[in-house]
Amino acid sequence: MKILVVEDEKELADVIVQSLEKEQFVLETAHNFNDALDKIIDYEYDCILLDIMLPGGNGIDLLKELKNQNKTSNVIIISANNSLDEKLKGLDLGADDYLTKPFHIAELNARIRSVLRRKSFNGENFIELANVKLDINNHAILVDKNEIPVNRKEFDILTYFMSNTNRMVSKNALAEHVWGDNIDQADDFDFIYSQIKNIRKKLKDNNAQIEIQSVYGIGYRLTEL
Amino acid sequence: MKLLNRSLVYFSIALFLIMTVWAVIFYVNMLDEVYDSLDDGISNEELLIIQRAQKDTTILNHATFNERNYSIKEIDLQTAMKIKDVYKDTMMYMIFEEQMEPVRMLSTAFEREGKFYELKVISSMVEEDDLIENLFWSLVGLYIILVTSIILINNILLKKIWHPFYQILNQLKTYRLGKTKEIETIETNVSEFKELDMAVKELLNHTDETFNSQKQFIENASHELQTPLAIAINKIELLLDKNDLNEEQSVSIGQSLALLQRLTNLNKTLLLLSKIENKQFIEKEKVSLNEITQQIINDFQDFSEFKEIEINFTENGVLEAEMNPYLATIFISNFIKNAIVHNIPNGKVTVNISNSVLTISNTGKPEELDKEKIFNRFHKEHGEQNNTGLGLSIVKSIANLYNFKVDYTFDGQHCFKIEVK
Repeated sequence: MKILVVEDEKELADVIVQSLEKEQFVLETAHNFNDALDKIIDYEYDCILLDIMLPGGNGIDLLKELKNQNKTSNVIIISANNSLDEKLKGLDLGADDYLTKPFHIAELNARIRSVLRRKSFNGENFIELANVKLDINNHAILVDKNEIPVNRKEFDILTYFMSNTNRMVSKNALAEHVWGDNIDQADDFDFIYSQIKNIRKKLKDNNAQIEIQSVYGIGYRLTEL
Repeated sequence: MKLLNRSLVYFSIALFLIMTVWAVIFYVNMLDEVYDSLDDGISNEELLIIQRAQKDTTILNHATFNERNYSIKEIDLQTAMKIKDVYKDTMMYMIFEEQMEPVRMLSTAFEREGKFYELKVISSMVEEDDLIENLFWSLVGLYIILVTSIILINNILLKKIWHPFYQILNQLKTYRLGKTKEIETIETNVSEFKELDMAVKELLNHTDETFNSQKQFIENASHELQTPLAIAINKIELLLDKNDLNEEQSVSIGQSLALLQRLTNLNKTLLLLSKIENKQFIEKEKVSLNEITQQIINDFQDFSEFKEIEINFTENGVLEAEMNPYLATIFISNFIKNAIVHNIPNGKVTVNISNSVLTISNTGKPEELDKEKIFNRFHKEHGEQNNTGLGLSIVKSIANLYNFKVDYTFDGQHCFKIEVK
């Protein structure tokens, strides 16, 4: 999988590259509009992370160029601007997702995984790890092909973890992803623990070969047993 | 005191003083002139009588005035020598007036064929008390006429002249920083008012610019902070992700991450606040506050359960508002989050919706909060750390934007009442 990171802030681009290299992606970066345009024209990417405000031009114009070139790359806009207008404009022009800075690495990873999955499996949408298989389209969790009953939040949590296998997911990132943006005002994220406890129990009871580990009270990490 | 009345007071006092002084001088002068003219008259008469006395001896026997205006009586030389021409005021009974009236009298002496006579000539006098009274009343009349004219002139003319001033004043009264778009130019030929108008305009424009640039500054600053925050957060996440730190290091780094998260929230909230105040949420639609409230209560369910807070939601009506849906969510979630966070273990949050009012009350600290301060930015009750202190200011900004009325009361529970128009 080949990913282009278009971000004028070099340090941010570097962090994104470092974090995504772990996922076995091939990464390239462009720090300004013209570099990005050249790369978009010359190469094919599976996914493009696109900053809107770029030296030399606007990321929205790159989106239009992609459309003109009939390229099928997935685009995730990464912007400091969280206005609804810009989001809608980006999505209208063919972007697949929109992420507002600052974001969690786990969130970026989950979004990339999600757009890539949507593209790759002809509409089928599965995540597999060990003997656990998530059917995203049908909201089902299968352990050794047996479906285990979960509620929406448990399913969302497990999806998020399985998109971030072996990654530390902070409680904050998980809460924002599963409970929505409003919850970021909560003064304490320990409330997510009860849901984690339920999932752990269900996984264990069904003999799933994966485990959610706690990371020193900061967050969790999903690993294969 | 109004400008018109104040000038009237000064005019009245000044006129009163001027007219009093003028009246005294006028009276003295006039009286002087009257005496002068009377004295001339009786001097002339005196000469005529003396001339007549030289030819006609009969008149020499008129020792009393009777019907005449003179008396002559014989005197000896010694007495005659003592008499000089003297004008004096004296009183005499007047039949017509049936009382003693003042008269002007000239006493003199003359000689006729070696005999000496004393001659007294009188002339009826001005009645001073009558004169003063008359003068007084005419002055009062004049004073009233003058003051009335000044009132009229003030009201008609000055009001007209001061009209531009009152226009400027009205504009200033209705001026609201950041809300008033245009300040009308006042049409006037008076250069002072033109200058005033210009000065006011310049001042307001400057204030407006400062206000706008300050608003813009907050927004720009928040925007600029996003990227460094993103880098810092992501670097720390990367570090934690590597899994080669010991527990102590991880916890310490985790705390930094949490702080950065708080900074991010603060920044987001500030950005939101300045966007609300910069009126960047233009789109409006009819939103059901019932649905949004239910949705938010669901979102916060795990959080409230963890905090051991029971949320009761009752709907006695349907509450709809014409507003931005995103802001509607922020509005209600801030209230509900607030009610959960500032609560006590096993506490309660009661949300009620009627056709025009949303009330949110919660158990909490047993004392009333400071009504004046709770909606201020960065206002925090003691001992609160994980709180931006901006939640209720956001609520207030949104309420201001849509003219909602937000009230806080305390009756053992903290109660926020929102009236939606």
